[in-house]
Amino acid sequence: MAELVPLLKAEHLTMRFGGVVANDDITFTLDEMELRCLIGPNGAGKSTFFKTLTGQLVPTSGAIAFRGLPIAGKESHQIARMGIGIKTQVPNVFNGLSVRENIWLAVRRRATPRQQGPAVNAVLEMIRLTDHADRIVATLAHGQRQWVEIGMVLAAEPELILLDEPAAGMTDEETFHTAAIIREINQTRAIIVVEHDMEFIKQIAKKVTVFHQGRVLVEDTVSKVLADQRVRDVYLGKKVAA
Amino acid sequence: MPARFRIVAQAIAVLLAMVAIAAIPAGIELFTVMQLTLFAAMAVLALSLAFIWGFGGILSFGQTAFFGLGGYAYAVAAINFQDSTPAILLAIVVPALFAAVLGYFVFFGRISDVYLGVITLTVTLILFNCVNSTSGEEYHIGKALLGGFNGMPSVPTFNMPFDPSQVLSPEQSWYITAGALLAVFLLLRLLLALPAGRVIVAVRENEVRASLLGYDPRLIKCLTFILGGAIAGLAGALYVNWGAFVSPTIFSLSLSAEIIIWITVGGLGTLLGPIVGCVLIEYIVANIGSQQLLNSNLVLGAVLLVFVLLLPKGLVPTARDLLLRLVPAPRPKVERLDETLSSQAAPPHPAGAE
Repeated sequence: MAELVPLLKAEHLTMRFGGVVANDDITFTLDEMELRCLIGPNGAGKSTFFKTLTGQLVPTSGAIAFRGLPIAGKESHQIARMGIGIKTQVPNVFNGLSVRENIWLAVRRRATPRQQGPAVNAVLEMIRLTDHADRIVATLAHGQRQWVEIGMVLAAEPELILLDEPAAGMTDEETFHTAAIIREINQTRAIIVVEHDMEFIKQIAKKVTVFHQGRVLVEDTVSKVLADQRVRDVYLGKKVAA
Repeated sequence: MPARFRIVAQAIAVLLAMVAIAAIPAGIELFTVMQLTLFAAMAVLALSLAFIWGFGGILSFGQTAFFGLGGYAYAVAAINFQDSTPAILLAIVVPALFAAVLGYFVFFGRISDVYLGVITLTVTLILFNCVNSTSGEEYHIGKALLGGFNGMPSVPTFNMPFDPSQVLSPEQSWYITAGALLAVFLLLRLLLALPAGRVIVAVRENEVRASLLGYDPRLIKCLTFILGGAIAGLAGALYVNWGAFVSPTIFSLSLSAEIIIWITVGGLGTLLGPIVGCVLIEYIVANIGSQQLLNSNLVLGAVLLVFVLLLPKGLVPTARDLLLRLVPAPRPKVERLDETLSSQAAPPHPAGAE
Protein backbone atom coordinates (compact mmCIF):
# COMPACT_ATOMS: atom_id res chain seq x y z
CA MET A 1 0.00 0.00 0.00
CA ALA A 2 1.32 3.37 -1.00
CA GLU A 3 1.98 6.23 1.34
CA LEU A 4 -1.03 8.46 2.10
CA VAL A 5 -1.38 11.22 -0.47
CA PRO A 6 -1.61 14.68 1.14
CA LEU A 7 -4.68 16.77 0.29
CA LEU A 8 -2.56 19.51 -1.21
CA LYS A 9 1.07 19.49 -2.14
CA ALA A 10 2.92 22.38 -3.78
CA GLU A 11 6.49 21.75 -4.80
CA HIS A 12 9.09 24.33 -5.74
CA LEU A 13 6.36 26.74 -6.73
CA THR A 14 7.66 29.95 -8.29
CA MET A 15 5.61 32.86 -9.61
CA ARG A 16 7.39 35.70 -11.34
CA PHE A 17 5.89 38.97 -12.56
CA GLY A 18 8.57 40.39 -14.80
CA GLY A 19 11.47 41.00 -12.42
CA VAL A 20 9.39 40.57 -9.27
CA VAL A 21 9.38 37.15 -7.67
CA ALA A 22 6.09 36.93 -5.77
CA ASN A 23 6.46 33.26 -4.84
CA ASP A 24 9.98 31.86 -4.69
CA ASP A 25 10.45 28.10 -4.58
CA ILE A 26 7.60 27.41 -2.17
CA THR A 27 7.04 23.87 -0.97
CA PHE A 28 3.88 23.42 1.03
CA THR A 29 1.95 20.38 2.19
CA LEU A 30 -1.52 20.24 3.70
CA ASP A 31 -3.11 17.11 5.15
CA GLU A 32 -6.74 16.07 5.02
CA MET A 33 -8.90 17.95 7.54
CA GLU A 34 -6.07 20.25 8.47
CA LEU A 35 -6.59 23.88 9.51
CA ARG A 36 -3.64 26.01 8.53
CA CYS A 37 -3.05 29.71 9.02
CA LEU A 38 -0.93 31.63 6.56
CA ILE A 39 0.57 34.86 7.82
CA GLY A 40 3.15 37.30 6.61
CA PRO A 41 3.58 41.01 5.93
CA ASN A 42 1.98 42.69 2.92
CA GLY A 43 3.64 41.57 -0.28
CA ALA A 44 4.85 38.30 1.21
CA GLY A 45 3.08 36.38 -1.57
CA LYS A 46 0.12 34.92 0.31
CA SER A 47 -2.58 36.05 -2.10
CA THR A 48 -0.42 35.15 -5.09
CA PHE A 49 -0.05 31.67 -3.62
CA PHE A 50 -3.85 31.41 -3.33
CA LYS A 51 -4.24 32.59 -6.91
CA THR A 52 -1.92 29.91 -8.24
CA LEU A 53 -3.81 27.30 -6.20
CA THR A 54 -7.14 28.33 -7.76
CA GLY A 55 -5.98 28.75 -11.33
CA GLN A 56 -6.27 32.53 -11.40
CA LEU A 57 -2.54 32.58 -12.10
CA VAL A 58 -0.40 30.00 -13.84
CA PRO A 59 2.83 29.45 -11.86
CA THR A 60 6.09 30.21 -13.65
CA SER A 61 7.47 26.88 -12.50
CA GLY A 62 6.78 24.17 -9.95
CA ALA A 63 3.96 21.72 -9.41
CA ILE A 64 0.75 21.68 -7.41
CA ALA A 65 -1.09 18.44 -6.67
CA PHE A 66 -4.57 18.18 -5.19
CA ARG A 67 -5.03 14.64 -3.86
CA GLY A 68 -2.21 13.63 -6.15
CA LEU A 69 -3.76 15.18 -9.27
CA PRO A 70 -1.79 18.01 -10.88
CA ILE A 71 -3.71 21.30 -10.95
CA ALA A 72 -1.10 23.93 -11.84
CA GLY A 73 -2.14 25.57 -15.10
CA LYS A 74 -5.70 24.28 -15.07
CA GLU A 75 -8.58 26.72 -15.53
CA SER A 76 -10.22 28.17 -12.40
CA HIS A 77 -13.54 26.47 -13.04
CA GLN A 78 -11.87 23.07 -13.48
CA ILE A 79 -10.06 23.43 -10.16
CA ALA A 80 -13.28 24.61 -8.51
CA ARG A 81 -15.05 21.50 -9.80
CA MET A 82 -12.30 19.32 -8.31
CA GLY A 83 -13.22 20.71 -4.90
CA ILE A 84 -11.25 23.82 -4.03
CA GLY A 85 -13.26 26.85 -2.94
CA ILE A 86 -11.88 30.30 -2.21
CA LYS A 87 -12.97 33.52 -0.57
CA THR A 88 -10.79 36.11 -2.22
CA GLN A 89 -9.18 39.09 -0.53
CA VAL A 90 -11.26 41.68 -2.38
CA PRO A 91 -14.83 40.40 -2.02
CA ASN A 92 -15.95 38.68 -5.21
CA VAL A 93 -19.73 38.49 -5.05
CA PHE A 94 -22.57 38.90 -7.53
CA ASN A 95 -23.41 42.49 -6.57
CA GLY A 96 -26.54 42.89 -8.66
CA LEU A 97 -28.20 39.69 -7.43
CA SER A 98 -29.99 38.90 -4.18
CA VAL A 99 -28.26 37.18 -1.28
CA ARG A 100 -30.37 34.08 -1.85
CA GLU A 101 -29.44 33.95 -5.51
CA ASN A 102 -25.74 34.31 -4.72
CA ILE A 103 -25.90 31.31 -2.41
CA TRP A 104 -28.09 29.36 -4.81
CA LEU A 105 -25.55 29.77 -7.62
CA ALA A 106 -23.00 28.00 -5.42
CA VAL A 107 -25.40 25.30 -4.19
CA ARG A 108 -26.67 24.58 -7.68
CA ARG A 109 -23.43 22.99 -8.83
CA ARG A 110 -23.66 20.12 -6.35
CA ALA A 111 -27.33 19.71 -5.38
CA THR A 112 -30.35 18.32 -7.20
CA PRO A 113 -33.19 20.84 -7.72
CA ARG A 114 -35.09 19.26 -4.85
CA GLN A 115 -32.20 19.66 -2.41
CA GLN A 116 -31.36 23.21 -3.43
CA GLY A 117 -33.98 25.12 -1.42
CA PRO A 118 -33.21 23.55 1.96
CA ALA A 119 -29.45 23.73 1.29
CA VAL A 120 -29.66 27.46 0.52
CA ASN A 121 -31.71 28.06 3.67
CA ALA A 122 -29.20 26.16 5.79
CA VAL A 123 -26.33 28.29 4.51
CA LEU A 124 -28.33 31.51 4.99
CA GLU A 125 -28.95 30.41 8.56
CA MET A 126 -25.27 29.72 9.12
CA ILE A 127 -24.11 33.09 7.83
CA ARG A 128 -27.03 34.75 9.66
CA LEU A 129 -28.47 36.53 6.64
CA THR A 130 -31.86 34.78 6.54
CA ASP A 131 -33.62 38.10 7.21
CA HIS A 132 -31.74 39.75 4.36
CA ALA A 133 -32.07 36.90 1.87
CA ASP A 134 -33.97 38.93 -0.72
CA ARG A 135 -31.83 42.02 -0.58
CA ILE A 136 -29.49 42.92 -3.42
CA VAL A 137 -25.94 42.21 -2.31
CA ALA A 138 -24.68 45.65 -3.40
CA THR A 139 -26.90 47.26 -0.74
CA LEU A 140 -25.39 45.27 2.13
CA ALA A 141 -22.70 46.48 4.51
CA HIS A 142 -19.12 45.42 3.82
CA GLY A 143 -19.08 42.85 6.62
CA GLN A 144 -22.30 41.29 5.36
CA ARG A 145 -20.91 41.05 1.84
CA GLN A 146 -17.94 39.20 3.27
CA TRP A 147 -20.47 36.81 4.77
CA VAL A 148 -22.19 36.33 1.44
CA GLU A 149 -18.90 35.31 -0.11
CA ILE A 150 -18.05 32.96 2.75
CA GLY A 151 -21.57 31.55 2.43
CA MET A 152 -21.03 30.88 -1.27
CA VAL A 153 -17.78 29.07 -0.58
CA LEU A 154 -19.44 26.93 2.11
CA ALA A 155 -22.50 26.29 -0.05
CA ALA A 156 -20.36 24.70 -2.76
CA GLU A 157 -19.07 22.20 -0.16
CA PRO A 158 -15.50 22.06 -1.43
CA GLU A 159 -12.96 19.61 -0.02
CA LEU A 160 -10.46 22.39 0.56
CA ILE A 161 -11.47 25.90 1.58
CA LEU A 162 -9.15 28.87 1.09
CA LEU A 163 -10.06 32.00 3.04
CA ASP A 164 -8.15 35.18 2.22
CA GLU A 165 -8.65 37.60 5.12
CA PRO A 166 -12.14 36.41 6.06
CA ALA A 167 -12.41 38.76 9.07
CA ALA A 168 -11.35 41.95 7.29
CA GLY A 169 -13.85 44.73 7.92
CA MET A 170 -15.82 42.75 10.48
CA THR A 171 -16.74 43.83 13.99
CA ASP A 172 -15.28 41.90 16.96
CA GLU A 173 -18.53 40.04 17.38
CA GLU A 174 -18.63 39.11 13.69
CA THR A 175 -15.00 38.03 13.82
CA PHE A 176 -15.80 35.80 16.76
CA HIS A 177 -18.67 34.24 14.81
CA THR A 178 -16.36 33.71 11.84
CA ALA A 179 -13.88 31.87 14.04
CA ALA A 180 -16.69 29.67 15.35
CA ILE A 181 -17.80 28.82 11.81
CA ILE A 182 -14.25 28.05 10.73
CA ARG A 183 -13.81 25.65 13.62
CA GLU A 184 -17.13 24.05 12.79
CA ILE A 185 -16.41 23.46 9.10
CA ASN A 186 -12.94 22.22 9.99
CA GLN A 187 -14.68 19.21 11.58
CA THR A 188 -15.27 17.88 8.08
CA ARG A 189 -12.85 19.63 5.71
CA ALA A 190 -9.46 21.25 5.33
CA ILE A 191 -9.03 25.00 5.47
CA ILE A 192 -6.22 27.45 4.78
CA VAL A 193 -6.74 30.93 6.23
CA VAL A 194 -4.77 34.06 5.42
CA GLU A 195 -5.21 36.61 8.18
CA HIS A 196 -3.49 39.61 9.71
CA ASP A 197 -5.57 39.73 12.88
CA MET A 198 -3.47 37.88 15.48
CA GLU A 199 -6.35 37.63 17.95
CA PHE A 200 -8.32 35.86 15.26
CA ILE A 201 -5.45 33.51 14.51
CA LYS A 202 -5.07 32.63 18.18
CA GLN A 203 -8.77 31.74 18.23
CA ILE A 204 -8.55 29.23 15.42
CA ALA A 205 -4.96 28.28 14.66
CA LYS A 206 -3.24 24.99 15.09
CA LYS A 207 -0.36 25.14 12.66
CA VAL A 208 0.92 28.38 11.15
CA THR A 209 3.02 29.01 8.04
CA VAL A 210 4.82 32.33 7.80
CA PHE A 211 5.53 33.80 4.37
CA HIS A 212 8.21 36.39 3.92
CA GLN A 213 9.38 37.90 0.63
CA GLY A 214 7.82 35.09 -1.34
CA ARG A 215 9.38 32.30 0.68
CA VAL A 216 8.28 30.13 3.57
CA LEU A 217 10.06 31.58 6.58
CA VAL A 218 8.89 29.18 9.25
CA GLU A 219 6.16 26.61 9.77
CA ASP A 220 5.16 25.50 13.27
CA THR A 221 2.46 25.58 15.95
CA VAL A 222 0.95 28.95 16.72
CA SER A 223 2.72 29.41 20.06
CA LYS A 224 6.13 28.54 18.65
CA VAL A 225 5.64 30.82 15.65
CA LEU A 226 4.65 33.70 17.86
CA ALA A 227 7.73 33.11 19.99
CA ASP A 228 10.06 32.93 16.98
CA GLN A 229 12.42 35.90 16.89
CA ARG A 230 12.64 36.01 13.09
CA VAL A 231 8.86 36.16 12.81
CA ARG A 232 8.75 39.00 15.32
CA ASP A 233 11.37 40.84 13.34
CA VAL A 234 9.72 40.62 9.93
CA TYR A 235 6.13 40.97 10.85
CA LEU A 236 4.82 40.73 14.34
CA GLY A 237 7.32 42.89 16.19
CA LYS A 238 5.03 45.73 17.14
CA LYS A 239 1.86 43.78 17.65
CA VAL A 240 3.22 41.09 19.95
CA ALA A 241 5.34 43.53 21.92
CA ALA A 242 2.32 45.74 22.51
CA MET B 1 -44.76 42.53 -5.15
CA PRO B 2 -46.04 39.03 -4.41
CA ALA B 3 -44.80 36.48 -6.92
CA ARG B 4 -48.27 35.22 -7.79
CA PHE B 5 -49.53 38.73 -8.52
CA ARG B 6 -46.58 39.32 -10.81
CA ILE B 7 -47.20 36.16 -12.78
CA VAL B 8 -50.86 37.04 -13.25
CA ALA B 9 -49.94 40.59 -14.28
CA GLN B 10 -47.44 39.27 -16.80
CA ALA B 11 -49.92 36.78 -18.23
CA ILE B 12 -52.45 39.59 -18.67
CA ALA B 13 -49.82 41.76 -20.37
CA VAL B 14 -48.96 38.95 -22.80
CA LEU B 15 -52.66 38.41 -23.53
CA LEU B 16 -53.13 42.13 -24.20
CA ALA B 17 -50.12 42.10 -26.53
CA MET B 18 -51.61 39.17 -28.45
CA VAL B 19 -54.97 40.91 -28.76
CA ALA B 20 -53.24 44.08 -29.96
CA ILE B 21 -51.24 42.15 -32.56
CA ALA B 22 -54.41 40.49 -33.82
CA ALA B 23 -56.45 43.71 -33.87
CA ILE B 24 -53.96 46.07 -35.49
CA PRO B 25 -54.48 45.19 -39.20
CA ALA B 26 -58.24 45.61 -38.86
CA GLY B 27 -58.15 49.10 -37.41
CA ILE B 28 -55.17 50.67 -39.14
CA GLU B 29 -54.39 51.50 -42.75
CA LEU B 30 -52.01 49.25 -44.63
CA PHE B 31 -49.14 51.72 -44.86
CA THR B 32 -49.01 52.04 -41.07
CA VAL B 33 -49.23 48.27 -40.65
CA MET B 34 -46.23 47.90 -42.96
CA GLN B 35 -44.35 50.48 -40.94
CA LEU B 36 -45.20 48.66 -37.71
CA THR B 37 -43.98 45.44 -39.32
CA LEU B 38 -40.62 47.10 -39.94
CA PHE B 39 -40.50 48.33 -36.35
CA ALA B 40 -41.28 44.85 -35.06
CA ALA B 41 -38.46 43.35 -37.16
CA MET B 42 -36.07 45.98 -35.82
CA ALA B 43 -37.31 45.33 -32.28
CA VAL B 44 -36.26 41.68 -32.65
CA LEU B 45 -32.80 43.00 -33.53
CA ALA B 46 -32.97 45.26 -30.45
CA LEU B 47 -33.82 42.23 -28.30
CA SER B 48 -30.77 40.33 -29.56
CA LEU B 49 -28.40 43.02 -28.31
CA ALA B 50 -30.54 43.73 -25.23
CA PHE B 51 -30.01 40.11 -24.26
CA ILE B 52 -26.27 39.77 -24.82
CA TRP B 53 -25.44 43.27 -23.55
CA GLY B 54 -27.98 43.76 -20.80
CA PHE B 55 -27.91 40.23 -19.41
CA GLY B 56 -24.72 38.67 -20.77
CA GLY B 57 -22.58 41.77 -20.28
CA ILE B 58 -21.23 41.50 -23.84
CA LEU B 59 -21.21 44.84 -25.65
CA SER B 60 -21.13 44.02 -29.33
CA PHE B 61 -20.70 47.02 -31.60
CA GLY B 62 -21.40 44.82 -34.57
CA GLN B 63 -24.72 43.18 -33.94
CA THR B 64 -25.60 44.14 -37.53
CA ALA B 65 -23.02 41.58 -38.70
CA PHE B 66 -25.46 38.84 -37.66
CA PHE B 67 -28.47 40.85 -38.77
CA GLY B 68 -26.93 41.26 -42.22
CA LEU B 69 -25.79 37.66 -42.45
CA GLY B 70 -29.32 36.57 -41.56
CA GLY B 71 -30.74 38.86 -44.21
CA TYR B 72 -28.37 37.65 -46.91
CA ALA B 73 -28.72 34.01 -45.88
CA TYR B 74 -32.48 34.37 -46.17
CA ALA B 75 -32.30 36.15 -49.53
CA VAL B 76 -29.85 33.68 -51.09
CA ALA B 77 -31.76 30.65 -49.80
CA ALA B 78 -35.18 32.05 -50.72
CA ILE B 79 -34.05 32.74 -54.29
CA ASN B 80 -32.48 29.30 -54.64
CA PHE B 81 -35.21 27.23 -53.02
CA GLN B 82 -38.12 29.51 -53.99
CA ASP B 83 -39.51 28.60 -50.57
CA SER B 84 -39.09 30.69 -47.44
CA THR B 85 -39.33 27.81 -44.95
CA PRO B 86 -35.73 26.53 -45.20
CA ALA B 87 -34.56 30.10 -45.87
CA ILE B 88 -35.80 31.31 -42.49
CA LEU B 89 -34.08 28.39 -40.81
CA LEU B 90 -30.83 29.19 -42.60
CA ALA B 91 -31.17 32.85 -41.62
CA ILE B 92 -31.00 31.68 -38.00
CA VAL B 93 -28.40 28.93 -38.38
CA VAL B 94 -25.83 30.77 -40.53
CA PRO B 95 -25.40 33.78 -38.19
CA ALA B 96 -25.41 31.42 -35.19
CA LEU B 97 -22.55 29.42 -36.69
CA PHE B 98 -20.69 32.60 -37.53
CA ALA B 99 -21.23 33.80 -33.95
CA ALA B 100 -19.93 30.45 -32.69
CA VAL B 101 -16.68 30.79 -34.65
CA LEU B 102 -16.19 34.45 -33.75
CA GLY B 103 -17.23 33.82 -30.14
CA TYR B 104 -14.83 30.91 -29.82
CA PHE B 105 -11.83 33.07 -30.70
CA VAL B 106 -12.99 36.11 -28.75
CA PHE B 107 -14.06 34.43 -25.51
CA PHE B 108 -11.74 31.44 -25.37
CA GLY B 109 -8.90 33.78 -26.35
CA ARG B 110 -9.81 35.86 -23.29
CA ILE B 111 -10.02 39.08 -25.25
CA SER B 112 -10.98 42.03 -23.04
CA ASP B 113 -14.27 43.91 -23.32
CA VAL B 114 -12.81 46.89 -25.16
CA TYR B 115 -11.24 44.72 -27.85
CA LEU B 116 -14.45 42.74 -28.12
CA GLY B 117 -16.13 46.00 -29.15
CA VAL B 118 -13.37 46.77 -31.63
CA ILE B 119 -13.41 43.27 -33.13
CA THR B 120 -17.18 43.10 -33.58
CA LEU B 121 -17.09 46.56 -35.15
CA THR B 122 -14.31 45.53 -37.52
CA VAL B 123 -16.04 42.29 -38.49
CA THR B 124 -19.09 44.30 -39.49
CA LEU B 125 -16.94 46.59 -41.66
CA ILE B 126 -15.23 43.62 -43.28
CA LEU B 127 -18.56 42.00 -44.09
CA PHE B 128 -19.86 45.29 -45.47
CA ASN B 129 -16.86 45.69 -47.74
CA CYS B 130 -16.88 42.05 -48.86
CA VAL B 131 -20.55 42.09 -49.82
CA ASN B 132 -20.16 45.55 -51.30
CA SER B 133 -17.58 44.33 -53.78
CA THR B 134 -19.63 41.46 -55.18
CA SER B 135 -21.15 43.22 -58.18
CA GLY B 136 -20.97 41.30 -61.42
CA GLU B 137 -22.19 38.06 -62.87
CA GLU B 138 -19.35 36.03 -61.34
CA TYR B 139 -20.52 36.62 -57.76
CA HIS B 140 -23.42 34.32 -57.23
CA ILE B 141 -24.49 31.59 -54.83
CA GLY B 142 -26.52 29.09 -56.79
CA LYS B 143 -29.12 31.11 -58.69
CA ALA B 144 -28.76 34.14 -56.42
CA LEU B 145 -26.70 37.06 -57.71
CA LEU B 146 -25.18 38.96 -54.80
CA GLY B 147 -25.32 42.25 -56.67
CA GLY B 148 -22.64 44.18 -54.80
CA PHE B 149 -23.61 47.66 -53.72
CA ASN B 150 -26.95 47.45 -55.48
CA GLY B 151 -27.98 44.52 -53.33
CA MET B 152 -30.48 41.81 -54.21
CA PRO B 153 -33.85 43.00 -55.47
CA SER B 154 -37.14 41.10 -55.55
CA VAL B 155 -36.29 38.54 -52.89
CA PRO B 156 -39.24 36.16 -52.43
CA THR B 157 -41.12 37.09 -49.26
CA PHE B 158 -42.50 34.64 -46.70
CA ASN B 159 -44.89 31.95 -47.84
CA MET B 160 -46.95 29.41 -45.96
CA PRO B 161 -44.64 26.74 -44.52
CA PHE B 162 -43.57 24.34 -47.33
CA ASP B 163 -46.12 25.86 -49.71
CA PRO B 164 -44.34 28.42 -51.93
CA SER B 165 -47.50 29.07 -53.97
CA GLN B 166 -49.19 30.73 -51.00
CA VAL B 167 -47.29 33.98 -50.43
CA LEU B 168 -48.22 35.81 -47.25
CA SER B 169 -50.16 39.06 -47.51
CA PRO B 170 -48.78 42.18 -45.76
CA GLU B 171 -51.26 41.60 -42.94
CA GLN B 172 -50.08 38.03 -42.51
CA SER B 173 -46.49 39.26 -42.57
CA TRP B 174 -47.41 41.57 -39.72
CA TYR B 175 -48.80 38.64 -37.73
CA ILE B 176 -45.62 36.66 -38.34
CA THR B 177 -43.24 39.52 -37.55
CA ALA B 178 -45.06 40.75 -34.45
CA GLY B 179 -45.62 37.15 -33.38
CA ALA B 180 -41.91 36.46 -33.76
CA LEU B 181 -41.15 39.52 -31.65
CA LEU B 182 -43.48 38.34 -28.90
CA ALA B 183 -42.13 34.79 -29.12
CA VAL B 184 -38.49 35.93 -28.86
CA PHE B 185 -39.41 38.18 -25.96
CA LEU B 186 -41.16 35.35 -24.10
CA LEU B 187 -38.37 32.91 -24.91
CA LEU B 188 -35.77 35.25 -23.43
CA ARG B 189 -37.94 35.95 -20.38
CA LEU B 190 -38.32 32.23 -19.84
CA LEU B 191 -34.60 31.60 -20.34
CA LEU B 192 -33.71 34.32 -17.85
CA ALA B 193 -36.05 32.81 -15.27
CA LEU B 194 -34.49 29.36 -15.69
CA PRO B 195 -31.27 28.33 -13.91
CA ALA B 196 -29.31 28.67 -17.17
CA GLY B 197 -30.40 32.30 -17.45
CA ARG B 198 -29.46 33.04 -13.87
CA VAL B 199 -25.99 31.69 -14.58
CA ILE B 200 -25.68 33.99 -17.61
CA VAL B 201 -26.54 36.95 -15.40
CA ALA B 202 -24.13 35.73 -12.72
CA VAL B 203 -21.29 35.70 -15.26
CA ARG B 204 -22.19 39.27 -16.19
CA GLU B 205 -22.12 40.24 -12.53
CA ASN B 206 -18.77 38.68 -11.69
CA GLU B 207 -16.81 36.48 -14.05
CA VAL B 208 -14.09 35.65 -11.52
CA ARG B 209 -16.57 34.53 -8.88
CA ALA B 210 -18.47 32.46 -11.41
CA SER B 211 -15.34 30.60 -12.44
CA LEU B 212 -14.27 30.12 -8.81
CA LEU B 213 -17.63 28.41 -8.24
CA GLY B 214 -16.98 26.06 -11.12
CA TYR B 215 -18.83 27.77 -13.99
CA ASP B 216 -16.90 28.25 -17.22
CA PRO B 217 -17.46 31.92 -18.13
CA ARG B 218 -15.91 31.48 -21.57
CA LEU B 219 -18.42 28.83 -22.57
CA ILE B 220 -21.37 30.66 -21.04
CA LYS B 221 -20.50 33.94 -22.77
CA CYS B 222 -19.93 32.12 -26.04
CA LEU B 223 -23.36 30.44 -25.85
CA THR B 224 -24.99 33.77 -24.97
CA PHE B 225 -23.29 35.37 -27.96
CA ILE B 226 -24.46 32.56 -30.26
CA LEU B 227 -28.08 32.93 -29.12
CA GLY B 228 -27.80 36.69 -29.67
CA GLY B 229 -26.46 36.04 -33.17
CA ALA B 230 -29.29 33.64 -33.97
CA ILE B 231 -31.93 36.16 -32.88
CA ALA B 232 -30.27 38.94 -34.88
CA GLY B 233 -30.27 36.59 -37.89
CA LEU B 234 -33.99 35.98 -37.50
CA ALA B 235 -34.46 39.76 -37.36
CA GLY B 236 -32.52 39.97 -40.64
CA ALA B 237 -34.90 37.52 -42.31
CA LEU B 238 -37.92 39.47 -41.00
CA TYR B 239 -36.39 42.68 -42.31
CA VAL B 240 -35.77 41.29 -45.79
CA ASN B 241 -39.28 39.87 -45.82
CA TRP B 242 -40.60 43.36 -45.11
CA GLY B 243 -38.77 45.04 -47.98
CA ALA B 244 -38.25 42.07 -50.37
CA PHE B 245 -34.80 43.58 -50.79
CA VAL B 246 -31.38 43.38 -49.17
CA SER B 247 -28.27 45.50 -49.73
CA PRO B 248 -24.90 45.88 -47.99
CA THR B 249 -26.19 48.85 -46.00
CA ILE B 250 -27.78 46.20 -43.76
CA PHE B 251 -24.26 45.85 -42.29
CA SER B 252 -23.90 49.59 -41.80
CA LEU B 253 -22.20 51.06 -38.76
CA SER B 254 -24.94 53.64 -38.31
CA LEU B 255 -27.47 50.87 -37.72
CA SER B 256 -25.10 49.20 -35.25
CA ALA B 257 -24.88 52.45 -33.36
CA GLU B 258 -28.64 52.92 -33.54
CA ILE B 259 -29.26 49.61 -31.74
CA ILE B 260 -27.11 50.82 -28.89
CA ILE B 261 -29.13 54.05 -28.78
CA TRP B 262 -32.42 52.08 -28.70
CA ILE B 263 -31.20 50.15 -25.70
CA THR B 264 -29.77 53.16 -23.89
CA VAL B 265 -33.02 55.04 -24.36
CA GLY B 266 -35.27 52.12 -23.47
CA GLY B 267 -33.21 50.82 -20.58
CA LEU B 268 -30.25 48.47 -20.41
CA GLY B 269 -30.86 45.31 -18.42
CA THR B 270 -34.51 45.01 -19.44
CA LEU B 271 -36.13 43.31 -22.42
CA LEU B 272 -39.16 45.60 -22.68
CA GLY B 273 -37.09 48.79 -22.69
CA PRO B 274 -35.14 48.12 -25.90
CA ILE B 275 -38.40 47.30 -27.73
CA VAL B 276 -39.90 50.59 -26.56
CA GLY B 277 -36.69 52.46 -27.39
CA CYS B 278 -36.49 50.87 -30.84
CA VAL B 279 -40.07 51.69 -31.84
CA LEU B 280 -39.84 55.20 -30.43
CA ILE B 281 -36.54 56.07 -32.13
CA GLU B 282 -37.51 54.43 -35.42
CA TYR B 283 -40.78 56.35 -35.36
CA ILE B 284 -38.94 59.61 -34.79
CA VAL B 285 -36.40 58.83 -37.53
CA ALA B 286 -39.14 57.86 -39.98
CA ASN B 287 -40.99 61.10 -39.35
CA ILE B 288 -37.89 63.25 -39.55
CA GLY B 289 -37.10 61.61 -42.87
CA SER B 290 -40.25 63.14 -44.33
CA GLN B 291 -39.20 66.73 -43.64
CA GLN B 292 -36.12 68.76 -44.47
CA LEU B 293 -35.72 71.02 -41.44
CA LEU B 294 -33.63 68.79 -39.19
CA ASN B 295 -31.07 66.16 -39.96
CA SER B 296 -32.08 62.83 -38.43
CA ASN B 297 -28.57 62.04 -37.15
CA LEU B 298 -28.54 65.38 -35.35
CA VAL B 299 -31.82 64.52 -33.63
CA LEU B 300 -30.60 61.00 -32.76
CA GLY B 301 -27.47 62.44 -31.21
CA ALA B 302 -29.48 64.97 -29.23
CA VAL B 303 -31.89 62.27 -27.99
CA LEU B 304 -28.95 60.12 -26.87
CA LEU B 305 -27.33 63.05 -25.07
CA VAL B 306 -30.54 63.96 -23.29
CA PHE B 307 -31.07 60.39 -22.14
CA VAL B 308 -27.52 59.80 -20.99
CA LEU B 309 -27.59 63.04 -19.00
CA LEU B 310 -31.15 63.08 -17.66
CA LEU B 311 -32.41 59.49 -17.72
CA PRO B 312 -29.26 57.37 -17.57
CA LYS B 313 -31.27 54.30 -16.61
CA GLY B 314 -33.51 54.59 -19.65
CA LEU B 315 -37.28 54.83 -20.03
CA VAL B 316 -38.52 51.51 -18.68
CA PRO B 317 -36.42 51.32 -15.48
CA THR B 318 -37.20 54.98 -14.73
CA ALA B 319 -40.93 54.38 -15.23
CA ARG B 320 -40.74 51.32 -13.00
CA ASP B 321 -39.01 53.27 -10.24
CA LEU B 322 -41.61 56.05 -10.48
CA LEU B 323 -44.41 53.51 -10.30
CA LEU B 324 -42.90 51.89 -7.22
CA ARG B 325 -42.68 55.28 -5.59
CA LEU B 326 -46.20 56.38 -6.56
CA VAL B 327 -47.93 53.18 -5.52
CA PRO B 328 -47.16 52.71 -1.84
CA ALA B 329 -47.93 49.46 -0.11
CA PRO B 330 -51.53 49.38 1.19
CA ARG B 331 -50.35 48.69 4.74
CA PRO B 332 -46.72 49.74 5.01
CA LYS B 333 -45.08 46.96 6.91
CA VAL B 334 -41.44 47.22 7.90
CA GLU B 335 -40.60 44.42 5.52
CA ARG B 336 -42.28 46.14 2.59
CA LEU B 337 -40.52 49.43 3.31
CA ASP B 338 -37.23 47.60 3.35
CA GLU B 339 -37.92 46.12 -0.06
CA THR B 340 -38.76 49.49 -1.63
CA LEU B 341 -35.64 51.01 -0.17
CA SER B 342 -33.43 48.31 -1.53
CA SER B 343 -35.02 48.47 -4.96
CA GLN B 344 -34.31 52.19 -5.10
CA ALA B 345 -30.75 51.76 -4.00
CA ALA B 346 -30.25 48.91 -6.44
CA PRO B 347 -27.58 49.21 -9.13
CA PRO B 348 -28.54 50.54 -12.56
CA HIS B 349 -29.72 47.22 -13.88
CA PRO B 350 -30.91 44.66 -11.34
CA ALA B 351 -30.97 41.33 -13.02
CA GLY B 352 -34.07 40.30 -14.86
CA ALA B 353 -36.21 42.84 -13.09
CA GLU B 354 -38.74 44.51 -15.29
